[in-house]
Amino acid sequence: MQTSGLLIMITSVSTVTALFAWCIWKVLASPAEEMDHLQPADFHTPDEDLN
Amino acid sequence: MTATSRDSWGSRIGVILAVAGSAVGLGNFIRFPGQAAQFGGGAFMIAYAISFLIIGLPIGWAEWTMGRFAGQRGYNSAAGVFHCLVPWRGSKYVGVLGAIIPLVIFMYYVVIEAWALGYTARFVRSLFDPALRFATIEDSQSFYASFVGSRADGAAMRMDPDSLLPWLLIVFVINLILIYRGISAGIEKVCRIGMPVLIVLAVIVLLRVLTLGTPDPAKPDQNVSTGLGYMWNAGKTLVVDREGKVLAEVVDRDPDHQQTRALELAAATPGARVERRGVLAQLADPNLWLTAAGQIFFSLSVGFGVILVYASYMGPKDDLVLSGLAASSTNEFCEVALGGLITLPAGVAFLGLSGVAGQGTFGLGFNVLPMVFSAMPAGSLFGTMFFLVLFIAALTSSLSMLQPGIALLEEALGIGRKGSVGLLGTLTALGTGFVCWFTKDLKALDTLDFWVGTFLIFVLATIQIILFGWVFGIDRGWEELHRGAAVQVPRFFRPVLKYVCPTFLLAIFGMWLLKNVVGWDPVSGRAAGSPYVADLFEKGNPVAWMSVILVLIVGIGLAATIANSKRYDNDPT
Repeated sequence: MQTSGLLIMITSVSTVTALFAWCIWKVLASPAEEMDHLQPADFHTPDEDLN
Repeated sequence: MTATSRDSWGSRIGVILAVAGSAVGLGNFIRFPGQAAQFGGGAFMIAYAISFLIIGLPIGWAEWTMGRFAGQRGYNSAAGVFHCLVPWRGSKYVGVLGAIIPLVIFMYYVVIEAWALGYTARFVRSLFDPALRFATIEDSQSFYASFVGSRADGAAMRMDPDSLLPWLLIVFVINLILIYRGISAGIEKVCRIGMPVLIVLAVIVLLRVLTLGTPDPAKPDQNVSTGLGYMWNAGKTLVVDREGKVLAEVVDRDPDHQQTRALELAAATPGARVERRGVLAQLADPNLWLTAAGQIFFSLSVGFGVILVYASYMGPKDDLVLSGLAASSTNEFCEVALGGLITLPAGVAFLGLSGVAGQGTFGLGFNVLPMVFSAMPAGSLFGTMFFLVLFIAALTSSLSMLQPGIALLEEALGIGRKGSVGLLGTLTALGTGFVCWFTKDLKALDTLDFWVGTFLIFVLATIQIILFGWVFGIDRGWEELHRGAAVQVPRFFRPVLKYVCPTFLLAIFGMWLLKNVVGWDPVSGRAAGSPYVADLFEKGNPVAWMSVILVLIVGIGLAATIANSKRYDNDPT
């Protein structure tokens, strides 16, 4: 492996690892909000019952 | 008007891992390294990073946005999303593509998933019976051909642990049970457990591979460093014949030594010469861009219709920007940091450059790597881990492919989970049975992958990005994307979403069509023909035709389902 290849590998791997780690940290660090289980509502119109 | 509670995600990390699980598949660990090495890591990564920024992320965000927008209005299927966004009665039929694509891909993807499970089981058995290890590459190739049944149609239909059928039945039932459990208790739960397990196992395998060194001192060229160089070195030193066909590639730590060895090889073959392709020369090759963009595109699972459907189950205040970025970055981590460091170094360390160069995705994953793991110390254990990684990656992807069909049936027919899973299970069982029977040269699988897994995905992604930028509107889309978002997308992405992404995608799609359907290489100007078109119109291959007819039947069936549904009679726009 040549020096240029080593630099490309280190840059690529460290960039995606840092981005991945930052995103997961950001998601986990934000206030733990459980998603609203009533969303979204399913609107059901009476005319559907005729079918 | 009544409101009923409907399936939804249980947590933000759950939906992110589910979307990431959908994207992370066999391609991350097998296809990506082969593609990157073909062009030289440096040049490929530049094109890959640019493609990630101008098509991968934007199309993903567009899908997240449109999906949640329609979900808030009571629509979960791709047909419902299109009906919700476009004030035209026929739009729902275009949206049906978002159910056809994942459904048909599931029919053959589950077969590959069964290969991964079958190979995992084989390595588990080899822990107790070393005779089951693959001694040579010929052993491995022979087992593969027998396992997948590529020698004759029907050859894989044996109830034998060294055959596809029993593993396919297990995988199929697992998928149906998990999808029946629903979004939160099924898909989300599997991904919350499966994705961390996948990453941990892959990191363990990676550490094993990086510490292999030079396994055979008698073959000093076959080592991890050469494998990493093959994958990541900036340029390429090639030995080519008079017509420019690549005869060999030379990789060495010392550039001077590399050149000397290349000249020696060239001197040994009449008419051969050494060709050095630097980063800029590689970047001038349109095929590099086509390959890098295609890899990003298919790896992130954009254009499948899956993200649209998953996002429709999100709440109005969920952060779409961060969710999209996190799911994409998880996929990229698995692809670049894990797949990019495991596959080729392991292959080159045991088989040398000639053993891995030019191997296709299946050749690398199911011929080369089984032999490589068999040869390394504690290889049965690491082989088990690696194929388990592939199986988990495939399972989280295949589950995502069922949900768009389930959502469509539930929405259009008003039936519950039980009915929709039963209906979809029957349909996919017939399709998967077709793929499992017609295994000679993997013709059915290959044909479906080309026309649906590539062609139709290009079509749907192009439609979606144009829909987002030009019909839904960039201002409205931008506002909807940022509703509930803690992270702001740089404004640079506004023109990217509206102009750059559709243009780039249309250019890539156009080039792909010319090369793979019309059969004309726009780079070399040569007419090479398309084997997939030839199968249909020149050879009249019955399996190719049956594959196309299968897709048409699925499409017509789903279109008829929504045509008769009153759910799309209103005007939600």
